[in-house]
Amino acid sequence: MKTNNVSILVVDDEKVVRESLAKWFREDGYQVESAENAAEALKKMQTKKWDIMLLDIKMPGMDGMELHQRIRDLDSTATVIFITAHATVDSAVKALKNGAYDYVTKPVDPDYLSHLISNAVKQRELLNENVRLKEQVTELEKSTDILGKSPQMQRIYKLIESVAQTDTTVMIRGESGTGKELIARAIHNNSERRYFPLVTLNCGGMPEGVLESELFGHERGAFTGAHYRRKGKLELADGGTLFLDEIGNIDKKTQMDLLRVIETKQFSRVGGNEIIKVDFRIISATNRDLEEGVKEGMFREDLYYRLNVFSIEVPPLRERTGDIQLLADHFLRKYSESMAKPFEGFSNDAIEKIKSYHWPGNVRELENAVERAIVVGTPPTIKATDMPFSLKESSNHAAPAGSLEAMEQCHIEKVLAEQNWNISRSAETLKIDRATLYNKIQKYGLKKPT
Amino acid sequence: MSKVIRIYNSSDIQSRTLDRITVTVRKVFGIPVSISNVSLNLQDIYDSGREQYNSTALLAKILHTFDTKNNKSIVIVDEDLFIPVLTFVFGEAQLDGSAAVVSTHRLKNQYYGLQTNDQLMHERLEKEIVHELGHTFGLYHCRDYECVMKSSTYVEEIDLKMALPCKACRQFIVDYRNKHKSA
Repeated sequence: MKTNNVSILVVDDEKVVRESLAKWFREDGYQVESAENAAEALKKMQTKKWDIMLLDIKMPGMDGMELHQRIRDLDSTATVIFITAHATVDSAVKALKNGAYDYVTKPVDPDYLSHLISNAVKQRELLNENVRLKEQVTELEKSTDILGKSPQMQRIYKLIESVAQTDTTVMIRGESGTGKELIARAIHNNSERRYFPLVTLNCGGMPEGVLESELFGHERGAFTGAHYRRKGKLELADGGTLFLDEIGNIDKKTQMDLLRVIETKQFSRVGGNEIIKVDFRIISATNRDLEEGVKEGMFREDLYYRLNVFSIEVPPLRERTGDIQLLADHFLRKYSESMAKPFEGFSNDAIEKIKSYHWPGNVRELENAVERAIVVGTPPTIKATDMPFSLKESSNHAAPAGSLEAMEQCHIEKVLAEQNWNISRSAETLKIDRATLYNKIQKYGLKKPT
Repeated sequence: MSKVIRIYNSSDIQSRTLDRITVTVRKVFGIPVSISNVSLNLQDIYDSGREQYNSTALLAKILHTFDTKNNKSIVIVDEDLFIPVLTFVFGEAQLDGSAAVVSTHRLKNQYYGLQTNDQLMHERLEKEIVHELGHTFGLYHCRDYECVMKSSTYVEEIDLKMALPCKACRQFIVDYRNKHKSA
């Protein structure tokens, strides 16, 4: 702790107090000045920033309490300590409620005063360090994994930037693997809530009771196996953002409960009566056609409108082919470094192969493909043969977007090729019986390559 | 430049104890030290409400009573000292000035309900005299816990430190002397 960087202003109408305190702190190396009344203190605040301000409460004219209010308006970071000969419980409570660091009575024990000031200085150092670290983290987080120079991605960046500053509920839509969670993270990191947690809950494939407990938490004994009280994601997200992935998969009861929480911002843990108030923002994501779900009565319309206030559509990778090489290069650098394999780039045929592929699994599939190629490949170049086999096969069978039948055909062809057209093994992999597989082969006119 | 450090004893401390302390003071500050026994009337600086003596007022009295010009003067008293904002002080000094005061009152084990230990009290007094005189040489409190210029707000802290300044504080005194010699 360097005391000579710390400035202290003593405000007291008694000259002897001002002088003795100033002298006491000066011997410790602090920069000390004093003011005999509030007006002089405010004047001194115009010309210099004071780290710690010691205020007397009873002073002629503006008293210490009022001066404290004015100080807070001018510099909310100043540490204010009241030091008074006329201590009352009321004034102490008022001072501390208004944000004073401490309240001491004159005469003060020198050891106490010494520690008080030293702790105040340490706290200020920690706060300053905290601000610096947050700034550094913000800078680091700006360089997240969202990559893309395509016009579609540029549009998404603009949407993220504009919606992040608001507290609006956002729904991110896009195929699996397009990076919906990264977009949710980018919104959170650019929002006022960035210093609070971003809590993710994947609602997909979670049984009703489990999802309810995950969201709302539970009290001890709420159900068999609930040995301890557990906080839910809603509670954990207090102050921050709750990211609900695969929102289209939640059951009707949880939809209703969630709607109520969004509207009231309060809930009770499963098996509990205590009302818990929370402040959170919801970002949801889905790869489903929720409008269709609403029509079919599978998804509550009121919840849909609550969640879908601002929508961001993430394009599939095949619709932004210009970004494919950029992403591939990024993953190459990332995995080369983490696996300590010095790859410099892709061979021409590997690039061709990557660019011509349909990427039904989008960016996630591309990342996995590059990671695998780095595992099997030999530096310095990734060759076409290092790319996954399925990629080669599927590249000729790009399925039209949104068509379930085309996807099914594509997948059956892939599995048949992998199993060398062995019908039994292929049916087993596809988890259908042989007869069904034969029917599908016939339906799609698939033929064994000669 | 101060030509001499004058120690005025208005306490019950015996001369032979002060003689030993004088050796340390001379060694630390590198200038001659003289000792005089004095009798000070402190009634006018007594605060009956606190039952203590105002050390800042005592400093003023020293400046008024003794010839402090070109000297550093320190007075030893047995009375309990205070400055208005604090409950007590072991001593007080003019920072980069010429007067200092130190009290034996809270340096004695008896004050804390412990058995008398004159040897310990003398060591504490020696450290406090050097500490307060250090301030008159412009020294601030030091963060080195062994340095005599480390701030002590309770008596056990005095016991932790040495009677001598750390290297940096020693150098500060040398520089101070040189600066004032040339001035």
